[in-house]
Amino acid sequence: MSPILEVKDLETSYGHVNVLAGVSFSVEQGETYAMVGESGSGKTTVIRAIAGLAPAQAGSVKFDGQEIRGMSEKNLRPLRKDIAMMFQDPTGSLSPRLTIRNLITEPYKIQGMKDRDLDAEAKRLLELVNLPSHFANRYPYQLSGGQARRVGVARALALEPKLILADEPTAGPDVSVQGELLNLLNDLRERLGLSMVIITHNLNVVRHVSDRMGILYLGRLVEEGTTEAIFEAPRHPYTNCLLSANPEPDPDARLERIALKGEPPSLIKRPSGCEFRDRCPVASDICTQVPSLEVTDGHAVRCLTPLHL
Amino acid sequence: MTEKLLEIDDLSVDYETARGDLKALRNITFDVNKSEIVGIVGESGCGKSTLISAILRLIAPNTRFRSGEVRFKGEDLLTASERKIRDLRGDDISIVFQDPMQTHNPVISIGQQMVDIQHRSKANKAEKRATAAKMLGAVGIPDPEARLSQFPHEFSGGMRQRIAIAMALMSEPDLLIADEPTTALDATLEVQIIERLKDLQRDFGCAILFISHHLGVIAELCDRVVVMYAGAVVESGTVREIFHHPKHPYTRRLIECDPGHIKERARVLPTIPGEVPDLANLPTGCIFRDRCDQAFERCAEVPPLTRLSDGQNAACWLNHAEEPA
Ligand SMILES: Nc1ncnc2c1ncn2[C@@H]1O[C@H](COP(=O)(O)OP(=O)(O)OP(=O)(O)O)[C@@H](O)[C@H]1O
Ligand SMILES: Nc1ncnc2c1ncn2[C@@H]1O[C@H](COP(=O)(O)OP(=O)(O)O)[C@@H](O)[C@H]1O
Ligand code: SF4
Ligand code: SF4
Ligand SMILES: [Mg+2]
Ligand SMILES: [Mg+2]
Repeated sequence: MSPILEVKDLETSYGHVNVLAGVSFSVEQGETYAMVGESGSGKTTVIRAIAGLAPAQAGSVKFDGQEIRGMSEKNLRPLRKDIAMMFQDPTGSLSPRLTIRNLITEPYKIQGMKDRDLDAEAKRLLELVNLPSHFANRYPYQLSGGQARRVGVARALALEPKLILADEPTAGPDVSVQGELLNLLNDLRERLGLSMVIITHNLNVVRHVSDRMGILYLGRLVEEGTTEAIFEAPRHPYTNCLLSANPEPDPDARLERIALKGEPPSLIKRPSGCEFRDRCPVASDICTQVPSLEVTDGHAVRCLTPLHL
Repeated sequence: MTEKLLEIDDLSVDYETARGDLKALRNITFDVNKSEIVGIVGESGCGKSTLISAILRLIAPNTRFRSGEVRFKGEDLLTASERKIRDLRGDDISIVFQDPMQTHNPVISIGQQMVDIQHRSKANKAEKRATAAKMLGAVGIPDPEARLSQFPHEFSGGMRQRIAIAMALMSEPDLLIADEPTTALDATLEVQIIERLKDLQRDFGCAILFISHHLGVIAELCDRVVVMYAGAVVESGTVREIFHHPKHPYTRRLIECDPGHIKERARVLPTIPGEVPDLANLPTGCIFRDRCDQAFERCAEVPPLTRLSDGQNAACWLNHAEEPA
């Protein structure tokens, strides 16, 4: 079966700043792909570029076999039903003047589906995300962060999409609601064969929902593989630092953190050689060469001396 | 000697709504001592953001204060003059909001905003810009000088969050209030911010009131923890006691739900079944009764927040089992 989403050598620049420097990955039908990486590494830009909401100057984005990069808004519109976005800022992304009922049923209007019973749909969608039906009459400012998050999920599900692009879907809710959301997403995936790209900083979330994951650094994937393999034996030194940093819910936990030196490098003046070189705990003389993404046993890494290999 | 910096005493706050008064906070009581880091945890909608906006009177128009005091260095903030509050905000007390867009004016460059908040300083404009760039660097923003001329939408979500933290730290406050300040940050940056906050506490004796759902961060950063449920404090105490010997069933369930404890991939994560009660239509008895797996007859009465022998505070009848009903 061909992948539902296939991204190849995607590049995005703002002015002279090359934010995405060639990103390639694909998502199979029914698969959940997690994109993680440092703040500012380009995760949000990747999914915005896929959805045509950020510029993509080069590369290819295929949805269900069809090239959609650079498509006009007019040609994209029918596809918007199949690709749903969930945004990063929980309250900021909900228009403040609409009631929750109108917010979550807005996609039907945008798609011109006039025959829908909007009250019934609102009720169904709220139920799906475990919110009481009287919330239909509320406004976004009357919601807590987690409630707003669930409204965002309801809205994304309205048109029964094939692919969900979710930016930090679990930031905001507490752990119990987080679990509920993840169970919901897992369940929807099983029932509807939904495919998902999830961006999240929460490594606990990554471990429980994703099948495969990619780690982005300075607008390039530095590692990709099954979630299990990466948590088990990360191959890129950046991934190793990231996984070791995860705070433990135990005040007495003694964490063996691998410190990440220095600051995220400049996009304006990208480092020479391996771009992680200045901060890499295991850098050596050969790291003045540029590593390429090499795949061994379905697990890809961009490092000249990978760990656990 | 512990010196009380912030005292929240029997605070009750309602929101007036079309469905009647929504009882967002009920009889909230806890203290933050000088140089102490206190965490607040609790389900979404339990009133954490309402609480911190009430402390600084940055409130929605339909907010009504029903009872209580919020004392900062002994002075009640709820009755203090508007001018006094304005002087405290951004000087003695700094705040980092949950939604960083709330902090940043979208049409003013980040550099200008960071210069503007230094209005009390005698430094000249160039010095203020240099300070702003230094603070951006300190929270891990690359190319800080070049970045000063950019507008909020040109930064990533996590960068905006870090800028909000940098701005809050600039005045070296006595109390920093932070509402979920690390949710948009990756683990390495989160750890870096935690370290930065610890420095602030150590070097300037700054107290921190820290709201987060990330129990790992709470465990790592905080001295004491306040657990809220549906607008009330159900438990408070030292971080060790809260994590190792929770005295309230809600606290226990919350900790059990944390996916951080579950190392193997789980198809179904544990949750707390049931829903948070409707705050506009409160049930009788213990607020957690509908969802509590240990409820018994006595729970038909509201349990008071009581100081237990080990210094923890909990609002649950299970801790009163010895006494006659
Ligand atoms: N509209 C824009 N104009 C200029 N630069 C932008 C714009 N949007 C994003 N950028 C820049 O692109 C880079 C990547 O941003 P992006 O939002 O994709 O990061 P991210 O990985 O999602 O980070 P976070 O985890 O903090 O959300 C950052 O340096 C950011 O400042
Ligand atoms: N301005 C408002 N009017 C009415 N209800 C509100 C308003 N602001 C918040 N609420 C409600 O008050 C409760 C507490 O919200 P909040 O303090 O944001 O919770 P938290 O920060 O703990 O997630 C929620 O039920 C929320 O929906
Ligand atoms: S190539 Fe060298 S500097 Fe780059 S990640 Fe590998 S070891 Fe580190
Ligand atoms: S008072 Fe009763 S219902 Fe409430 S938490 Fe304790 S045992 Fe459960
Ligand atoms: Mg982002
Ligand atoms: Mg909140």
